[in-house]
Amino acid sequence: MVFRCFVVCISLLLLAISAYAVEPVERLPDPAMEARARSISTELRCLVCQNESIDESHADLAHDIRVLVRERLKAGDTDAQATQAVVSRYGDFVLLRPPVKPATWLLWFGPVALLLTGLTGTLYWLRSRPAVVPPALSAVEQAELERLLKDDA
Amino acid sequence: MIVELGHFCLILALFVALIQSTVPLVGAARRHVGWMATGRTCAIAAFLLIALSMAALMHAYIVSDFSVVNVAENSHTDKPLLYKVSGVWGNHEGSMMLWVFMLSFCAAAVAVFSNNLPPALRARVLAVQGMIGVGFLLFILFTSNPFLRAVNPPANGHGLNPVLQDPGLAFHPPFLYLGYVGFSVAFAFAVAALIEGKVDAAWARWVRPWTLASWCALTIGIAMGSWWAYYTLGWGGWWFWDPVENASFMPWLVGTALIHSSIVVEKRDTLKTWTILLAIVTFSLSLVGTFLVRSGVLTSVHAFATDPARGTFILLLLLVAIGGSLALFAVRAPKLQGGGLFAPVSREGALVLNNLLLSCGCATVFLGTLYPLFLDAMDGPKLSVGFPFFNRTFVPLMAPMILAVGIGPMLAWKRGDLLGALQRLWVAYIVAALVTLAIFYVTYGGPVLAVLGIGIAVWLAAAVVTEWVERVGLFRISLADSFRRAIKLPRAAYGMSAAHFGLAVFVAGVSASAFSQEGIEVLKAGGSMKLASYEILLERVEKIPGPNFTADRATIRISSGGVAVATVYPERRFFPLQKQTTGETAIRTNLLADLYLALGEADAEGNWTVRAYWKPLVPWIWIGAAIMAFGGLVSLSDRRWRVGAAARARRSAVAAPAE
Repeated sequence: MVFRCFVVCISLLLLAISAYAVEPVERLPDPAMEARARSISTELRCLVCQNESIDESHADLAHDIRVLVRERLKAGDTDAQATQAVVSRYGDFVLLRPPVKPATWLLWFGPVALLLTGLTGTLYWLRSRPAVVPPALSAVEQAELERLLKDDA
Repeated sequence: MIVELGHFCLILALFVALIQSTVPLVGAARRHVGWMATGRTCAIAAFLLIALSMAALMHAYIVSDFSVVNVAENSHTDKPLLYKVSGVWGNHEGSMMLWVFMLSFCAAAVAVFSNNLPPALRARVLAVQGMIGVGFLLFILFTSNPFLRAVNPPANGHGLNPVLQDPGLAFHPPFLYLGYVGFSVAFAFAVAALIEGKVDAAWARWVRPWTLASWCALTIGIAMGSWWAYYTLGWGGWWFWDPVENASFMPWLVGTALIHSSIVVEKRDTLKTWTILLAIVTFSLSLVGTFLVRSGVLTSVHAFATDPARGTFILLLLLVAIGGSLALFAVRAPKLQGGGLFAPVSREGALVLNNLLLSCGCATVFLGTLYPLFLDAMDGPKLSVGFPFFNRTFVPLMAPMILAVGIGPMLAWKRGDLLGALQRLWVAYIVAALVTLAIFYVTYGGPVLAVLGIGIAVWLAAAVVTEWVERVGLFRISLADSFRRAIKLPRAAYGMSAAHFGLAVFVAGVSASAFSQEGIEVLKAGGSMKLASYEILLERVEKIPGPNFTADRATIRISSGGVAVATVYPERRFFPLQKQTTGETAIRTNLLADLYLALGEADAEGNWTVRAYWKPLVPWIWIGAAIMAFGGLVSLSDRRWRVGAAARARRSAVAAPAE
């Protein structure tokens, strides 16, 4: 249901969508540097879309950021510096992989914590479980059970 | 007039649902047979009324009755009939109608196919379904009424968003909703069991087919949506970890856990509380999913404020449904007693691990989807959570699960022999190692993780086959005996094998997508480009008219080593009504790899941007999903679910006189 992004982009830009994702004109002549630009692009969010990276997005803004990234790389930035250049302009919001900091600890470590709690809890439960004798079935239930079991045969 | 009748039927359905949600419940408490029986009558009556109401709305769409606001806003006379019909659920009000229609359908199905249920349980299940129905009918009638008339009807409608005018997307919502709503049956059974204070093997046996059926529908629905994204968006992406997708993926994950844990309840009479909780959580996530998508909170928390009536109603409904069922769970669950004991290493243990990993996977998706919203609501920093986050958190959780899928079925119930199981899988290691090394050699220098992913997939496929070989005793006993055993294996066993095999195929497809190649070039008519081993020639681009659009259609000839492979026709379609352009990609597949072509924009000199992708094994993603759903259906056809079917067959065999 990615159409939401589509819809948002379209409604924001009306006729302005002119192209799909990375355009031939944007590409850098150096294939290695272009590959770096592409991998950076997949981690940056198209701000006017929903959850699409600028590498995937059709929006004009995504195009601008793609060009910005490539310009930074051409100027000799490392990958981290190029990403930082975009972040300093648009904030952490632009990162599809949120930075690990106190405000995101729950996000990053929540699932692992849950898994560990679940594992220890389960093991504890298995060990500490008393042998329970299931309550006896009533006569009616016993007859019903026999009928059901017979159906299976 | 028909529209008013539809509206009237919907109101009537609300009253029927009110009776359905109360009278049988009281009847069950007082053991009043007549009161309990109203549940059945009401469920069927509500279904018929809602079906009529749905038909009335559909009729308004088909005849383009623009005096109905909903039709005017979402339809147009020029639209092909298929999209007039699918336009019914292409908007908020209509999709809620579809939801409630499916809900009443499920309730009616329970009413009709529940001859074997104890009457009190049946009455309670139907009452709970009635309550859900009341909530949704109130929501539709008070905040999202599709039957409202316009004072000044427009001459023509606004039309449906062109991106939604696609056969894949026409059927995607019904399947998805059938899955969501199907889980309401498991939910109703869980709540009824809590009221009754009893969960036993028979209960699990009644719940399993419903869960399986909804799971199949949800699998198909999600796969359709992702396939649509793949062929529509023009660069071959198929899953984006978009909140809307996640909303459907969460119930799928927990639903998958539910299918597995209900097996333990049925076979071993334990994990009862956990299974009840899963049933509640699965449907709760379906509810949350529906509302996340429909309320617009995902775009921003503030979207909630634009329509406070709807937002408040949604919150209230979620609170009552989820809070109520969880409160009931908290009170009654401790009374449910577990029976069978088992060691940590056992089939039960493996299924618990499966449940744990799937639930944590779901928690990851849940956090990733709602955390930005949560921070936003707390006036915290604005965050984005996208595919790089899920790749680093969700995927590492699923990798051990896929390994466990191969081992689990090899373990015995109660107490298993892990070492023994691992040894019995020796063929799987050898096959997986050989394939991994071969791929690693061929793609040397490429993505290593993707090679490992394929290796795991091969291992799982080999483990599934090994398990079957063991079960039928192939190579151990005579071929004829093995054959006899293979025929006698229950369908549920084949269903499991198929679903697990489908998972392997799916994982292989996902992993291999890392090896795709792309070529993006600006071509003149007659120009060509190279991609993988293919030569791609743009022959010409011409304008062609469509029913409600005009298209630029490219003719592209694909050849390999001078031999013609195919001619494909990707398009760009312009919808004048909405002033939107959409792409129609062309995909040439040989089931091992897709050649994916999309036509881009023309520049001032009339050169066209052509995007070509070579995507190995990508079709396996959907083939795998289809095999999984097929496995579910095979399991569903197991006659053990049709309690009493065998007895009926025997009775009729005896009744037939031996003349």
